[in-house]
Amino acid sequence: MARLEQLPEPQRSHIAKTELPSFDIHPWVSGPPLTQRRIAIISTAGLHRRDDRPFSFEPGDHYRIIPGDIAANDLIMSHVSTNFDRSGFQQDWNIVFPLDRLRELVDEGVIGSLADFHYSFMGAVDPSDMEPSARKMAAFLKKDRVNAVLLVPV
Amino acid sequence: MGALAHYFEDEGIATTQISLIREHTQVIKPPRALWVPFELGRPLGIANDPAFQRQVLLSSLKLLEAGSGPVLEDFADDAPPADMASTAWACPVNFARPTEDLSDIQALRAAFKQEIVELRPWYDQAFKQRGRTTAGVSGLDMDTIVDFIGAFLDHVPPNPRKELSLGLVLNFAVDDLKAYYYEAVFAQPGEKPPDSATLDNWFWQETAVSKILFRIKALCLKSEDKMMQLVGKILLVPMTQVRSENA
Repeated sequence: MARLEQLPEPQRSHIAKTELPSFDIHPWVSGPPLTQRRIAIISTAGLHRRDDRPFSFEPGDHYRIIPGDIAANDLIMSHVSTNFDRSGFQQDWNIVFPLDRLRELVDEGVIGSLADFHYSFMGAVDPSDMEPSARKMAAFLKKDRVNAVLLVPV
Repeated sequence: MGALAHYFEDEGIATTQISLIREHTQVIKPPRALWVPFELGRPLGIANDPAFQRQVLLSSLKLLEAGSGPVLEDFADDAPPADMASTAWACPVNFARPTEDLSDIQALRAAFKQEIVELRPWYDQAFKQRGRTTAGVSGLDMDTIVDFIGAFLDHVPPNPRKELSLGLVLNFAVDDLKAYYYEAVFAQPGEKPPDSATLDNWFWQETAVSKILFRIKALCLKSEDKMMQLVGKILLVPMTQVRSENA
């Protein structure tokens, strides 16, 4: 249903006309097999803990920290857009933040481990605005021994 | 999303991502991406279907073992449609009020409060069943939200959360209201919930609260506050429901 041609107007045109960044270089990081990967989820769904401050448009207010032991009822969404479905997330957090599924894959030995901290941006901003925060976040991910990031849009 | 992949990879951390808009991913060219043909807001496809979600997740994670890139792979399966035909679904609470004139502010506010009261047992049941609610973003309890939203019919009310702009508080309060209405529907016994379009059509076309929200949208558009203008323009009512305004 997210095939662009199937989206209703004016949503289709709005998405089709979105100004996109382009990149001249294409960095590529190799790594160990999945069984040795330590994975962090990074979402752009505007997710955060229930008692966190909601996302705003204040300069520099780009991401929230989601502890690896978070419970489903502690995770809420303050993404500012009203133009995507939230009823899936209302029924099951895994549809946006697949932490239960990743925990199962760790238990089965399919992947190595999960990060102590996951993160969420609120995606309704220019991606270039998020660049400084993302680059600083990379340092925190390395301290967490993360060697693979799963990026999940909304 | 794809831009973030470039930044992290450039900092030395491997990434894989789910893509919801293939056309965007084709332009941005992140290192590894799995395009999925699912609805916006549902990157893992189907709620409460662990087996399906696992397939999506593994398909994305396996891209980490690709030898070179950029890699853009397509997920093979569409999410199946909701089990129930949209036309067959009926809300557990019947809001039909043929004798009431909801153009009257007092009647409209009363109808809104009645909806909240009628849905409360179902919302509470949903919470008990699942131990979870997604309402709470505004930081206001539901009674305060009802008074806050209802007050807009008379005047722009004071901001109940001074540390946030009034526009954002309004936006979050509406998100909480929608969560309350939708989660109440999910507690309906028997069949699975209807698809998102059916839920949205019900909320935006059949409820008293939607009539209030369309009025608030018009009020916001006349505001001198830029955030309130933005709320009125694009943040309050979904693009796909703006046409419902005069229905």
